[in-house]
Amino acid sequence: MTSHNTRSHRQVRPIACLILMTMLVALPLQAAEMYKIGGIFSVTGPASFLGDPEKRSLEMAVASINAAGGIDGRLLEAVIYDTEGDPQKAVSGINKLINKDRVLAVIGPSTTPATLAVKSFAERARIPLISCAAGIAITDPVTPWTFKTAQNDVLAVAAIYGHMRRQGIGRIALLTVANAFGESGKQQLEKQAGAAGLQIVAVESFGDKDTDMTAQLTKIRSAGPDAIVCWGTNPGPAVVAKNVQQLEIKAPLYQSHGVASPKFIELAGAAAEGIYLPTGKILVADLLPADDPQKAVLGDYVRRYQEKFNLPVSGFGGYAYDAMQLLARAMVGTGGDRQQIRDNLENIQNHAGVSGVFSFSAQDHNGLGPEAFVMVRIEGGTWKLEK
Amino acid sequence: MQELLQYLFSGVTNGAIYAVIALGFSLLYNSTELINFAHGEFAMLGGLSLVTLWAGLGLPLPAALILAVGIGVGAGFLFERLAIRTVRRPDPIVLVIITVGASILLRGVAMILWGKDSHSVPFFSDHAPLAVMGARLLPQSLWILAIAAGLILALRAFFKHSLTGKAMEACAVNPKAARLIGIPTGRMNLLAFMLSTGTGAVAGVIIAPITMCSYDMGTMLGLKGFCAAMLGGLGSLWGALMGGFLLGILESAGVGLFSSGYKDAIAFILLLLILYLKPAGLLGAAKIQRF
Repeated sequence: MTSHNTRSHRQVRPIACLILMTMLVALPLQAAEMYKIGGIFSVTGPASFLGDPEKRSLEMAVASINAAGGIDGRLLEAVIYDTEGDPQKAVSGINKLINKDRVLAVIGPSTTPATLAVKSFAERARIPLISCAAGIAITDPVTPWTFKTAQNDVLAVAAIYGHMRRQGIGRIALLTVANAFGESGKQQLEKQAGAAGLQIVAVESFGDKDTDMTAQLTKIRSAGPDAIVCWGTNPGPAVVAKNVQQLEIKAPLYQSHGVASPKFIELAGAAAEGIYLPTGKILVADLLPADDPQKAVLGDYVRRYQEKFNLPVSGFGGYAYDAMQLLARAMVGTGGDRQQIRDNLENIQNHAGVSGVFSFSAQDHNGLGPEAFVMVRIEGGTWKLEK
Repeated sequence: MQELLQYLFSGVTNGAIYAVIALGFSLLYNSTELINFAHGEFAMLGGLSLVTLWAGLGLPLPAALILAVGIGVGAGFLFERLAIRTVRRPDPIVLVIITVGASILLRGVAMILWGKDSHSVPFFSDHAPLAVMGARLLPQSLWILAIAAGLILALRAFFKHSLTGKAMEACAVNPKAARLIGIPTGRMNLLAFMLSTGTGAVAGVIIAPITMCSYDMGTMLGLKGFCAAMLGGLGSLWGALMGGFLLGILESAGVGLFSSGYKDAIAFILLLLILYLKPAGLLGAAKIQRF
């Protein structure tokens, strides 16, 4: 027994020494006082059009904060996991961030279902979560640790209805895509119509892979609306635009912010002319008046993004960029205390970001107002700012 | 009346697409008793090839059309040689699973080559929509109908009047006997694959201007085409045609007369009903009649 013990002792000792030494060497490195920030984005998969620019924007924001000397002299490190658009993977991602990487706060996920899936984990671990998804259910009702930077459907609908009222439109028809995005839009469109003095005369839907919507539009045409609102993401709305032109429907067509990208104009071609849609200001950054509070931030973000990645900028990356900037602002002077970071976040007022001017409160964890959206009209293959 | 006509136009246009895809399913099933679940992906390949060749490289339209379909045929050739022929024990279930795998692979390759965004191409001819009794008909719909009809007549002539076509039919009816009388059954199978994927590419090419092309467009097209083929009776040329048009018209009538929310449901409920009442499909006789 004794001999056995000594032998194993003899074996263990060098190993223990080795471990101790590596720990001693690693310790100062570890304790280089890095602040770790987690990111969960759908970098690949069907929602990669969201996650990919978000990941790039987060990395860009972290690099620029570090280049400026970090926060209170401590550098940032971003740990990013890919959800592939799958809520299940988002959950395993946040568990790794909380338990293994021990991050201070989490930015993401990119989509509403993934955010709703991880929300309770962040709440339980008492870790600030700043989602980049648009769904209203993320911050309504407000929970202490969850924030979001993307504009709500509520605001987009308000922007559209405001524009319609100014145009003297009374009867509208809805044509929404049959998925979560379309359903959420439809709900808001129906909910706010009464207050805006609009009468909905037809409600139709289409599948997100449908290739022809003339049947729905024929039905809508016979209801005789003053305007048609289409709610979906590419390519469906481009087909709708083409079909509207084909059927020679004269009522103006409104699209959602879901197609607010040059891609839509490319897909719909000549049929895009005259379409109205709400968009974040990033699409029309150079058209904004000089006194717009976001003009400087937007110009800076667009220029740096294009320089760094040599890619056209989309509105989506801004969600992660804003989240990081807000977080950086909230982290100043906290020494990495999560409760303090959360409290500071909630108290941020008038922060001009890419997606809007944020003013958080205990009742509002999105912090944006209707002015986060502007209405644009497509003219000559480009956007024209509407009053 | 005007509305009904519009529903009919919309249904016929979609129906022609479903019919051409169903045709590809039937062609292959006829010769090899195999259902190719990657069939929709070959339509995607045709459509996206047209995007590159016509809109991207600026080739004249006829050349781009022929090349795009040629790419579909070539992909079918490679598919059969590399993935199907090399299987040591070709159980039907193994082969079907290989086609499912191929569909995932093709989608992935297309995503890398063409990106995740949708692409669009202009109409084949630049005419204003035609007004027929108050309803509007796109010139592209006429193109679709004409090309679909031409394809069907050509296939029919091939099977009825050419020696190769007759040899293919012989392989389908009795492969063993066909081999005994000296028909190279292996090469006939390859030909069936190429014909089938070629028709898939034709479907992709003709709808490209109407819908948008993206790497993931093939799944739904394949599913609808498969429904149409089952509806008409798998393996029957005329059944595929009928199934396609029936599905297209019912879908658009469903949207118009009931609600757009039930569009797919109406089509699929009908499919279930027909499979329940007449499992061989509308034109599928108990004794399978090939072409």
